[in-house]
Amino acid sequence: MAEYKVDMELDCRGLSCPLPVLKTKKAMDGLDSGKVLKLIATDPGSVNDMAAWTRRTGNTLLDSEKQTGEFVFYIRKK
Amino acid sequence: MESDGRKKMALIASKGTLDGAYPPFVLASAAAAMDMEVWIFFTFFGLTLLLKELKAKVSALGNPAMPMKMPFGPKWFQNLDWPMPNLLMAGVPGFETVATALMKRTFKNKGVATIEQLRSACLESGVKLIGCQMTMDVFGFSKEQFIEGTEIGGAAMFLEYASGADIQLFI
Repeated sequence: MAEYKVDMELDCRGLSCPLPVLKTKKAMDGLDSGKVLKLIATDPGSVNDMAAWTRRTGNTLLDSEKQTGEFVFYIRKK
Repeated sequence: MESDGRKKMALIASKGTLDGAYPPFVLASAAAAMDMEVWIFFTFFGLTLLLKELKAKVSALGNPAMPMKMPFGPKWFQNLDWPMPNLLMAGVPGFETVATALMKRTFKNKGVATIEQLRSACLESGVKLIGCQMTMDVFGFSKEQFIEGTEIGGAAMFLEYASGADIQLFI
């Protein structure tokens, strides 16, 4: 997986739907265009949720990967 | 009605129980986070979800499939489904309070937001909350009892919005 310059990191470990989406939205609102958010979640539903959220909002899901029981997402702000 | 190009969702929240409270607030807060415009029209028992102090409980009555879990102890114990006769439990005084406390604890353990949190998220993100005037009259509610930002309306107000919405759900 490629390395991204991360501008902000968001920890959503242990949180269930819809909190990772709500917190991601809030975090992204605080970022400038082109900046990258790294999100860490443990909710398995977040894999499809973050894909849908980025498609819907026009932000770019650069990459997502599964690490031992955790899901890591890199999202670039529109 | 003017369209600003955003997707629109129109919800009717008709239930005042805890299980009835989650779907509208989860969907509304998530939709707002997806840049959608959202209206929730609260009617009948759903109107109680607008009260400043939420009292939503779970009821075993009419919920025969409700799993009964214990929110403490080792994982295998927590995952047990207690075979409580639904109809019997529904008639036990205080059962709803106990079941509500247990379910709220289970939700907290699983990292689920409280209804209060989700409702605040809705308000912060501009979700429009509308109380049904007719139900208010029937049950004797006044606007002052509802959270700040609540609007009051009727069927025509909802229908005008819903007719232009992309998603309409009755919950």
